[in-house]
Amino acid sequence: MAFSSSDTRMQSKATYYFWVGVFIIFMLSVFSGTYFATLKVDYVWRWYRVPQYFFFKDHVEIRSEIQGDVAKIDRREKETVVYISGDGEQAKYTLPAGSLRVAEKDFIYPGDILGFYEKWKVGILLDGLWLTLKVSVVGIVIGIIIGLFAGLARISANPAFKWTAITYVELIRGSPLLVQIFIWYFVIGTVVNTMLAGKGFGQLPPIWFGVAALAFFAGAYVAEIVRAGIQSIHRGQTEAARSLGMTYAQNMRHVILPQAFRRIFPPLAGQFISLIKDSSLLGIIAIRELTKATREVVTTSLQPFELWFMCALLYLVLTFSLSMFLQYLERRTIT
Amino acid sequence: MIDVKNVSKFFYVPHEVKALNNVSCKIEVGEVVVVIGPSGSGKSTLLRCLNRLEVADEGHIFVDGIDIMNRKTDINKARAEMGMVFQSFNLFPHKTTLENVTLAQVVVRKRSADGAREKAMALLSKVGIPDKANVYPDRLSGGQQQRVAIARALAMDPKVMLFDEPTSALDPEMIGEVLDVMQTLAREGMTMIVVSHEMGFAREVADRVFFMDHGAIVEEGTPDTLFNNPRHERTKLFLSQIL
Repeated sequence: MAFSSSDTRMQSKATYYFWVGVFIIFMLSVFSGTYFATLKVDYVWRWYRVPQYFFFKDHVEIRSEIQGDVAKIDRREKETVVYISGDGEQAKYTLPAGSLRVAEKDFIYPGDILGFYEKWKVGILLDGLWLTLKVSVVGIVIGIIIGLFAGLARISANPAFKWTAITYVELIRGSPLLVQIFIWYFVIGTVVNTMLAGKGFGQLPPIWFGVAALAFFAGAYVAEIVRAGIQSIHRGQTEAARSLGMTYAQNMRHVILPQAFRRIFPPLAGQFISLIKDSSLLGIIAIRELTKATREVVTTSLQPFELWFMCALLYLVLTFSLSMFLQYLERRTIT
Repeated sequence: MIDVKNVSKFFYVPHEVKALNNVSCKIEVGEVVVVIGPSGSGKSTLLRCLNRLEVADEGHIFVDGIDIMNRKTDINKARAEMGMVFQSFNLFPHKTTLENVTLAQVVVRKRSADGAREKAMALLSKVGIPDKANVYPDRLSGGQQQRVAIARALAMDPKVMLFDEPTSALDPEMIGEVLDVMQTLAREGMTMIVVSHEMGFAREVADRVFFMDHGAIVEEGTPDTLFNNPRHERTKLFLSQIL
């Protein structure tokens, strides 16, 4: 039976479709139940207000920078050019046609509105989504580098390397990411920025510490993934490579890591996806990634239901499309 | 060529065992030595101590004048002079047959890619599988894999070849093809140490046979004397069990 190859108990087509129906009814009742429950608390859904947080039309006013008379107004097909001449200075402003607010001979003070134009701008949610993606990518790239070395150190015979790696991994995995972010920002951040200020340098923005927290957090998990991947390669591979005269580094570079990478790739991809979700904690140190952006919009718009669902959906879009892409990469590199 | 002096080696896991007990032997250039003995007698350990895959605890080992057990010796340089063939082949599964044979030439011997490829093709022809150059090891039979492993070791132009039970993991019908390659090698004057259960090969190819038991070389001699007139009781018992 093609439709239930993994489940031999599903005997007939009718039973199968009956349970598919049960699933659909269950899902519908969950969603409609939620909807009607919100109606009971007099929540008014206003989905139409959400798109403005993705893209919106910004109203930009054009103001005069000098004082003087409007000397001439040149009306062209699509734009209007306003010439202002004041006490020994001239200025020229180009406005979109139809937005003109002044007439010839008007006396203009600096800061007076001459006209306006409209411009499409990227909204705060999309900005936050982009920042989330950026910090996650930078975090995982640095995390993989840290994790690679920590993983190699973890299986080293040298106790200094080995115990450093164990301490690092246990400390990071044993404490909440939120606490680590606080430590990175409020402890390490304060120390570093105070020292920089003492030397006359500028301050590092919070995002540096946020990314560092994510990278070191991911690095600990990557280290364990790398360790398991390397240890899963048969000892005979190392023996063969070393017996040919290869050094430790040559063996790793040419024999062990290329094989280990194929096994490491799927859990590494999973780590990346969970890092995207973990980056939602960065809002706590004033990094306006997706979650923080949503929180800001909620406080101004008072539409929490739509926005939090939208926020979850955006994370889902990010993680799901990423997992599809990584699966595609995996198929391409491994076969 | 190879000089082993009073070498001992202990294993502590799972329990303390003296894997090699005060072993001494000398092997000359061009000699073919086959090491036989029951399992756990220390044959493989002795072989693996020669290129320091296992570190011996006591004694001295010299290969071509190089002090193997001295920590200051550049062991990678010494290993490049000793080819090793394993029971489980240990080909690199992510590389093609050709790449398996060229990798160490380029990485260790710093040969050019073209030179390495030429050498590899010549060796693959020698072991009889030039047509499998661009195939991955999982597409080869056990016998073919082991022949590639021999070619891989030979590509380094070693002075000694160490064989650690090269035919034990093979199906019976494939043993012959591997032994043929080894026999050719022996005839060309390669110094070889072979840990093996192939008594026919030992009789035909070996200059000397070592019989090991409980970490010691109990008896050594030409194949003729060792197989036909063993002096020690343990040798007699072992031969009677396997022949």
